Amino acid sequence: MDITVKRTSDTLYIYLGGELDEHNARAARERADSEIDAHAGVGRVVIDLAGVRFMDSSAIGFLIGRYKKLKRYATPLFLRGVGAAADKVLSVSGIYTLIPKM
Amino acid sequence: MNNRMKLEFSALSENEPFARNAVAAFCLGLNPSLDELSDVKTAVSEAVTNCIVHAYRGQTGTVVIECETEGDAVHIQISDFGRGIDDLKKALEPFYTTSEGEERSGMGFTIMQTFMSDFSVKSEKGGGTSVRMSKYFGRNKSSEVANAE
Repeated sequence: MDITVKRTSDTLYIYLGGELDEHNARAARERADSEIDAHAGVGRVVIDLAGVRFMDSSAIGFLIGRYKKLKRYATPLFLRGVGAAADKVLSVSGIYTLIPKM
Repeated sequence: MNNRMKLEFSALSENEPFARNAVAAFCLGLNPSLDELSDVKTAVSEAVTNCIVHAYRGQTGTVVIECETEGDAVHIQISDFGRGIDDLKKALEPFYTTSEGEERSGMGFTIMQTFMSDFSVKSEKGGGTSVRMSKYFGRNKSSEVANAE
């Protein structure tokens, strides 16, 4: 799982790449959380899934976990780059009511 | 003629990609669409993750996957010999998880049911769990074929 970040004046972009399953979720969680902490106070966070080749329900747990963490900073979270396969997994959970797509 | 295969591997999380990709490779002979293949990979990943995370809870164990083709269908059975499911009815409910605080979504069985054509699960306390699921390929042939050039 590759994670890269980009910061603009008001947005932290977190780019996920590779496969997001239970095996990779822990490392992804630790990396994303350290970036969120390092950029505390940013206006919004956008998680970009365009580089994700595979995901299962571990991704739902990962995204809800980041949503809850950002809620403590009162920072909204958005998703972008959601491909068809990822969309099918995420739609089952109704996650877009918490984390809207851009 | 029907084709079949059996995989047996250690219940280690690094085997999750191996398991789903091996089953997907087995299915290629049935000319699945990319969407259908993705459905199978996701469902297998959920079942194997359940074996590793819930059945064995980090202890050593074995996961067995058996696949068989039948016409345009693949039948997949994924079994463990772990602790079994305490309350199967509850486990099948969306968002139900016994691992609160570990960021588990509780959506594994819901995804298996939604993404596959048929699904059933048998579990015995202390005797393991076995998930059977089938995918009938070609029922919705609008998308690209996975093993096309």
